[in-house]
Amino acid sequence: MIAVELKNVNKQFKGQTTPALDNVSVQIEEGEFVTVLGSSGCGKTTLIKMLNRLYEADSGEIFLFGKNIKEQNPVELRRKIGYVIQQIGLFPHMTVKANIATIPKILKWDKKRIDKETDRMLRLVQLEPDEFRDRYPAQLSGGQQQRIGLARALICDPRIMLLDEPFGAIDAINREILQNELKAIHQKSGRTYLFVTHDIREALKLGTKVIIMNEGKILQYDTPENIINNPANEFVENLIRTAELKGGA
Amino acid sequence: MIDYFAKHSDMLMSAFLEHLQIVFITLIISIVLAAVISYLLLKSKKATNITVNIFSQIYSIPSLALFALLIPLLGLGNKTAIPVLVLYNQYLLIRNIMTGMQQVDRSLLEAGTGMGMNKWQLVTKVQVPLAMPSIIAGIRLAIISTTGIATIAATINAGGLGKILLSGLRTMNTYKIAWGTILSVIIALVADMVLKLLEKKTKATKLNEI
Repeated sequence: MIAVELKNVNKQFKGQTTPALDNVSVQIEEGEFVTVLGSSGCGKTTLIKMLNRLYEADSGEIFLFGKNIKEQNPVELRRKIGYVIQQIGLFPHMTVKANIATIPKILKWDKKRIDKETDRMLRLVQLEPDEFRDRYPAQLSGGQQQRIGLARALICDPRIMLLDEPFGAIDAINREILQNELKAIHQKSGRTYLFVTHDIREALKLGTKVIIMNEGKILQYDTPENIINNPANEFVENLIRTAELKGGA
Repeated sequence: MIDYFAKHSDMLMSAFLEHLQIVFITLIISIVLAAVISYLLLKSKKATNITVNIFSQIYSIPSLALFALLIPLLGLGNKTAIPVLVLYNQYLLIRNIMTGMQQVDRSLLEAGTGMGMNKWQLVTKVQVPLAMPSIIAGIRLAIISTTGIATIAATINAGGLGKILLSGLRTMNTYKIAWGTILSVIIALVADMVLKLLEKKTKATKLNEI
């Protein structure tokens, strides 16, 4: 099944001369872990923020599981999509548990179910529920905070997860650990992930497929192996070469 | 001094209660009105600046002048006093509410919207709780300001402790002036203390360090 489909999507922000997305079309199969790679300003964040309607397309159509997102209530739509951002955005006045249970509470899950699911989510992100449940975000390290960010996004078991440079502000060691855990969570769930990053090695490591973007266009959408072996153009080729140089050093 | 109070406790206490009543009613109306206006202002920073500016201009009008201006419209007594006091409070309250709301980290609003909170949920569950210290500071200022300005409302026959102060002044009765002052200071001080405590508590939950 096609999880995400974009048809000729255009987006230009006010006051900017070049479009953020330039006639983008792509189909993403359900269950893929798609990393979206590009330098800052290439349109990669814009691309995923269109999927949960934080941004609206100027023209073109976007379908999630065959349904045009324009025909869905944006708030309802977002509740079915997991969303994780680089700044994490945990609510500082709420405990870990309250943070994770934000949407379940709004959806009026009963208390037992909320207790059970928040604990299950904490274990999923490798945090001991008894130790972390009642803490406040200020009492957690950056890596632990982003684990809670993940748990909060995963609790409603969304069919699509959007992750906008989630590990961008986390130190190298913890980033590595979190990458591996996220990969494992994805494999177990079979859900569709879109993961924005500007780190080529992160993109190639995590992605079952990689979207390479530049100046609002998708240059290549393929498996990591194919991108390394058959770069679509000079830009992609150069990008791969910089990564290999760094890797060999 | 104490004798004076014992002798005239009925008069003093009824003025005190009257004063409390004016402050309380004013405060309730002020907070509700400021909350509604602030909610409407959330969308636009420009409208916020203009509104706060207008209310700050009003705040700078001397109260006696504003009372006098409104008497032909609203008549004597509380009917004029309370609207004027509410008007003054709008500046203190809206300014503090909006400052508090605007200081909430934008990434929290993005995270909240992105996960599917609607505007009302975002305001009530994220913005208002995080702006609480600033909002309570505004309410504290409003109580102190209302308690003070309400004494002047006695000149337009609104009653309260201002009545005691005015008649004390007219008859040069030092005891009366002293008791009027002490009782209004008590209102301001007690309210100040209670709200300071509340303010501390809302801050504490936010930064609950290990």
